[in-house]
Amino acid sequence: MRLQYPPEIKIIMIPCTGRVDILHLLKAFEGGADAVFVAGCLEGECHYLMGNIRARKRVNKLKKDFTEIGMEPERLEMFNLSSSEGPRFAAIAKEMSERAFKLGPSPIKHEARAAWLAEHPEVKEAS
Amino acid sequence: MAKKVQAKNPVGKVMVVGAGIAGVQAALDLANAGFYVHLVEKKSAIGGVMAQLDKTFPTNDCSMCIISPKLVECGRHLNIEISTLSEVTGISGEPGNFKVTVEQEPRFIDPAKCTGCGACTEACPVGVPNEFNIGLNEAQAIYRLYPQAIPATFAIKKYDRAPCVRACPANLTAQGYVQLIKAKKYPEALALIMDRLPLPGTIGRICPHPCETDCRRQEMDEPIAICNLKRFVADQVDWKALPVPEVEKQAGAVAIVGAGPSGLSCAYHLALKGYKAVIFEAAPEAGGWLRYGIPEYRLPRKVLQQEVDYLKRLGVEFRFKTPIGPGLTVNDLLTRDGFRAVFLGVGCQDSIRLPVPGADAQGVLWGVEYLKEASSTGANPVKGKRTLVIGGGNVAMDVARTARRQGASQVTLICLESREEMPASPWEVEEAEHEGVEIVTRWGVKQIIAAGGKVTGIEMKAVERVFDEQGRFSPTYFENQTTTRDTDVVIMSIGQKANLQFLTPADGVELTPRGLIKSDPETLATSREGVFAGGDVVSGPYIAIAAVAAGREAALSVDRHLNGQDLKADREAPLRPIPKEEGHWSEIQKDAEKLPRALMPHTPVEEWIKSFKEINLGYSEEEAVAEAARCINCGVCSECLQCVVACQAGAVMHDQGPRKTELNVGALVLAPGFQAYDPTKYSAYHYANYPGVVTSMEFERILSASGPFAGHLIRPSDHLEPKKIAWLQCVGSRDLHHCDNSYCSSVCCMYAIKQAVIAKEHSKEPLDTAIFFMDMRTHGKEFEKYYWRGEEEHGIRFIRSRVHTIDPVPGSDDVHIRYLTENGELKTENFNLVVLSVGLESSPDALNLAKTLGVEVRPETRFAETSPFTPLSTNKEGIYVCGVFQSPKDIPQSVMEASAAAADAGELLAAARGKDMKVQILPPEKDVSGLEPRVGVFVCNCGINIGGVIDVPSLTDYARTLPHVVFADENLFTCSADTQGKILQAIEENNLNRVLVASCSPRTHAPMFMETIREVGLNPYLFEMANIRDQDSWVHMHEPEKALEKAKDLVRGVVARLVNLEPLHKMEFPVTKAALVIGGGVAGMESARSIANMGFKAYLVEKTDKLGGNAWNLVVSSRGYDYRGYLEELIADVKNNPNIEIMFNSAVTETSGFVGNYRSTVTTPQGKRELEHGVTVMATGGQALSPEEYLYGQDPNIFTALEVDKLIAEKDARIAKANQAVFIQCVGSREPERPYCSRLCCTHSVESAIELKKLNPDLDVFILYRDLRTYGERELLYKEAREMGVMFIRFDLEGKPKVEKTADGGLQVTVTDPILGMPVVLKPDLLTLASAVLPNPIEDLGELFKLPRNAEGFFNEAHAKLRPVDFPTDGIFLAGLAHYPKPIDESIAQAKAAAGRAATFLALEKVSVGGVVASVEPDKCAVCLTCVRTCPFNVPVIDYQIDAAYIDPAKCQGCGVCVSECPAKAITMKHYTDIQIIAQETALAAG
Repeated sequence: MRLQYPPEIKIIMIPCTGRVDILHLLKAFEGGADAVFVAGCLEGECHYLMGNIRARKRVNKLKKDFTEIGMEPERLEMFNLSSSEGPRFAAIAKEMSERAFKLGPSPIKHEARAAWLAEHPEVKEAS
Repeated sequence: MAKKVQAKNPVGKVMVVGAGIAGVQAALDLANAGFYVHLVEKKSAIGGVMAQLDKTFPTNDCSMCIISPKLVECGRHLNIEISTLSEVTGISGEPGNFKVTVEQEPRFIDPAKCTGCGACTEACPVGVPNEFNIGLNEAQAIYRLYPQAIPATFAIKKYDRAPCVRACPANLTAQGYVQLIKAKKYPEALALIMDRLPLPGTIGRICPHPCETDCRRQEMDEPIAICNLKRFVADQVDWKALPVPEVEKQAGAVAIVGAGPSGLSCAYHLALKGYKAVIFEAAPEAGGWLRYGIPEYRLPRKVLQQEVDYLKRLGVEFRFKTPIGPGLTVNDLLTRDGFRAVFLGVGCQDSIRLPVPGADAQGVLWGVEYLKEASSTGANPVKGKRTLVIGGGNVAMDVARTARRQGASQVTLICLESREEMPASPWEVEEAEHEGVEIVTRWGVKQIIAAGGKVTGIEMKAVERVFDEQGRFSPTYFENQTTTRDTDVVIMSIGQKANLQFLTPADGVELTPRGLIKSDPETLATSREGVFAGGDVVSGPYIAIAAVAAGREAALSVDRHLNGQDLKADREAPLRPIPKEEGHWSEIQKDAEKLPRALMPHTPVEEWIKSFKEINLGYSEEEAVAEAARCINCGVCSECLQCVVACQAGAVMHDQGPRKTELNVGALVLAPGFQAYDPTKYSAYHYANYPGVVTSMEFERILSASGPFAGHLIRPSDHLEPKKIAWLQCVGSRDLHHCDNSYCSSVCCMYAIKQAVIAKEHSKEPLDTAIFFMDMRTHGKEFEKYYWRGEEEHGIRFIRSRVHTIDPVPGSDDVHIRYLTENGELKTENFNLVVLSVGLESSPDALNLAKTLGVEVRPETRFAETSPFTPLSTNKEGIYVCGVFQSPKDIPQSVMEASAAAADAGELLAAARGKDMKVQILPPEKDVSGLEPRVGVFVCNCGINIGGVIDVPSLTDYARTLPHVVFADENLFTCSADTQGKILQAIEENNLNRVLVASCSPRTHAPMFMETIREVGLNPYLFEMANIRDQDSWVHMHEPEKALEKAKDLVRGVVARLVNLEPLHKMEFPVTKAALVIGGGVAGMESARSIANMGFKAYLVEKTDKLGGNAWNLVVSSRGYDYRGYLEELIADVKNNPNIEIMFNSAVTETSGFVGNYRSTVTTPQGKRELEHGVTVMATGGQALSPEEYLYGQDPNIFTALEVDKLIAEKDARIAKANQAVFIQCVGSREPERPYCSRLCCTHSVESAIELKKLNPDLDVFILYRDLRTYGERELLYKEAREMGVMFIRFDLEGKPKVEKTADGGLQVTVTDPILGMPVVLKPDLLTLASAVLPNPIEDLGELFKLPRNAEGFFNEAHAKLRPVDFPTDGIFLAGLAHYPKPIDESIAQAKAAAGRAATFLALEKVSVGGVVASVEPDKCAVCLTCVRTCPFNVPVIDYQIDAAYIDPAKCQGCGVCVSECPAKAITMKHYTDIQIIAQETALAAG
């Protein structure tokens, strides 16, 4: 369909969202990502039956942890969609990209964050 | 019905004819099922029409993207041998053992050498309409059908040699040098001319150019000025600087007598062969007649001289003033002077003397001598004198015009012939007149009047005729009709003859009765061995180019003679003209723009007679190039040989000839496809005349990113971006007025909607699209929804109207459409572009093929004759048919039939499976463990798909900077076969141990690349793709810079992953050669029977106590097909087949395993059965909806379709008594809650209506319908029903018919007739409701086998287009109503297709499993059971011997859930390890 979405979105392929480990999500942030989302099959339609349910659990757990450590939980999300929902994928990509821009560099990236905060005095650090 | 046979001792090879998607699929299925396949294709590449399509409906997948991997697989398959440019021309033998003759046109390229680099195409000057792009742009004569073509080898398109080449006595490659002039390649053009002619500047000035006489451009306007162009080229070079080719010297000197055109030519060609050529010439200078006969104003001496000088540089020796004769005879040359051969090219140097009284008077001169004197000594016998020239040929013209220049006071030319008959070139006559020569025709000389020995005048007699009935020169006169003319000089110029006094008896050269030298017409050998003769002295006076040709021919003979070879053996005969109607040449575009021939610039006419200065000035470069561009390339390839120069690989073979082979095969599958209807004949739509009218095939190419406009939606005529486009449906379909195609083409409604949707996506501006149609036939799976989306979401306008005439809009290429709406209102509208939705028809090639093979076609439609019960079988046993040639259909249906035809062939040849297969031996795998990663990166431009957005060179440069990357390169199409070769080469040369392809989706392309690297011993898992197309260039096309940055990120991420990858090895398991078939209806039984006939076991599980399913209800067929008989025979066959085991009242309740090794539990009344099977077929069927509307169930006279069939079968009395019968269509179908068409009901109702009419001709039958969907050849039934008087009334979803009971207990149906705009009240005695088809409930089975279903509950196939019988899970297939509603013939075809696909696994001895699976490190395992509880497939078990979990790699599905859950991180997911994932994501995120 070649629906346009922001180029900041970069996709990494895994066999099933069930393979997504909390470790992978953390490493993505550590590596420099400002937002991460997991795109899985619709619930009930997992080729491997339960993989997406497991993934959602892990994502939700991590979001909770984020809140506790003072990182915006909106930086992480899990979505369910089917392979024929190209437009929805593009919409999600846009939404997540907008979130990342709105939230600014992730707090893990101290220098970038500080510079960004300097440019955006209106933003107050949560903690 | 023919009984199924299995051939005895069959051949294990199958021929598939036609390599479109159907042929390719059939070939793949056969080859994967153990047969060797000969795939025969008429074109130069496989792929057929599907390769030309832009997108495919209903998924909008890119057609090329999805077919390309299949083509590559086909091209690479060890057991598929592709013969392109080939045709079947004969067959003998019997089923199981045929001998098929295949004739192959030459490709002119050696496939073993061609690298597909395309350098040849760039060098080729010949542009011809691009066949692949339907002529919307040009392709070269050396071409590849499309960039991804398989085979990737280029080909040269050659028709017969062009008429100009054939007309030239010397066979100069006229088309070739004209093309090179067009390309401004003058040295190359000159070299091509000089391959045969050493005197281009000379001949280019004086030749009467028979080439132009035969030029076919004159059928459009005027012939190409070939001769002038030759002169132009000769004038472009500095002859002094013209390089002299280096040739190896040969022993032996050759004497040439005469330095005229034949002698010069002979010497030249001998010199080029390395011989010493010595020319003996009586005159002081070279040229013969060219120098001493042709006046300078036509041929300046310096032009001739520079060409002669070039000959001298080549080593030709001239001995002037050296006449042959006594003292230096021919015999002396041979016996005394050491010459090993002699060529006599002495011409015809004497004038023929006219024996008239008074010819010896003073003042009577002879033309030849006059010219010779004038040019050598400057003698002037005419100055100030009245001069009469006698003769009508070119020499006479030269004489007359020379006389004018010499100052004759008056020049009159008298000839026998009329103006039209004059042998002189008309332009010569015209120019002579311009110079003041008076031309007097149709008079002959009676006598010359002299006084005192001096001429005073002549007496002339009137000519009666010049030529006799046979056209021979034989003048007769009116002897009494005479006149006289006064004159001072008479110059007789009536012909020339040879002067052979120099020959002596010792020379031994025989003469002809006409006084010419006798020489062999082919070899030019005279009666004296070693002496050859040619030119005018052999032929009599003729044109110089013929003498040049003779000189060359003689040189070839001399060469043979000197080498002791036979003069005639294998000698190439000169080409001679062939009749126009016999020649196969490029088509003349009669309607193309008229372009005037370039006029030769000349000096002012009044200057002409003032001197002997050359009159013609020659073309300017601009004029020459434009003139050359007028050439229509009759022969397509011009044989300019630029490709030979350009091809670094030396692959071009211009002399390749056709090849004929006989192949031994057991069966044939015919898939010759179709041709699109040519609407040129459809006068009302003015396709040929209006530039704003295009065909749907053209529109596909316009939309295509690889098309002529790179996917920009423009009108081809003026490149305007259209704002309004109309589609006119049924062009060449459902039409007996404009064509002979009464059938429906089945695909056009859907493709028109698709084109409208895609066009809207392509258009920058909002695009208005309107589809003018009769019935919207969106009868396939997911089609109806696509139609609705087209209307509701995309805003396509659907206008129910057949447009009758269209008009041009003056002053633009727009088209004015007038149409009548359904209610008769006249409307008009203008469109920028009109697309004709052209239908499909059998091509003449396909019909020829059928004829050759004795395969019958239906006379009404010209598609292959088949029965609904054996839909793939032709009348010839062992010859099967699939695809559109079977009947018009879409791609999935064609693919299905291809697999089904493969099954049919597989049944016939079951005994030979595997017998003739080739087995691939792969090199041992390289051990890369412990080696430093060496990554090669291949970046794909994907034509413009990637390269058009992303700066690929920058990306490639960037890739080189990444750690471990030791090689990076870019390619136009990385998936093309030639690039695969390049990858292999790069792996070898750079010792790569990891490969990255940055291109498109790994889903479609990774398997192919993985196979490729395995070929050189690299483990296939040391490969990875970066998807810079689907995830980058396509989705960020307006942000090229950001797209480039992202591409760098993606590549960097994948490189990081790649360096961490490890080789993986699959495990092999033996295949259980049995199938589990679920469902005992027709589909299930046909599948089981086919599998059993192929030699495998089939378990047939039926939930009821009876086989047959819905087919028991089918009783009516207007075509006389006996459904019941077929069914009973099938059931008996299945029951008696020793390979089939049937389980009644049974259900599958458990299943596990993987392809080749499934294990299922069937619960039977006798208890549970454990079955082992390699594959599974889902044929669970469907059922008719029980209507909840139209008072169904509330009146005894309301029936469903199947119920009324029963009445018909039983010839129920109610039918005979009835006055009126009504059918209501779409009962429950195409409704919001059931948004699909049930596909079979329209045809069913039409058939039933016909039967009712047959039983009761007085019965009024009405069919109330929404769109009548008698697709394909079913349309003929619709036509028949209308002809029988069945009435059809349309209604809309909003205005559905109302069914009521009347007071008298009767039925009343009210429907608004859209044509009348008024309600019609019907009072049926029989009311039939065509109710929807529903799938049987399959939720449980679907969940058990984990098979996807669509929203309506039908099983979903793996891919709507190309995997219509597969499930995503390997080894499970589907057929029949469980997939989608379909008539019985399609169910049978799909059932056989499932069997055909199943055979590709059942034929294997082993399947490989594993690879990407989880494995436990026992040391880390704490036996916490998390994995055991987590695994959705119950794979992990605790192995108490080692106290750790164990995961069976054959069962592991590879999802990785357990890996991520394992608290001890004891489980690793191969190919997706934490290290690999984290390396990729951190590298990716770092951007």
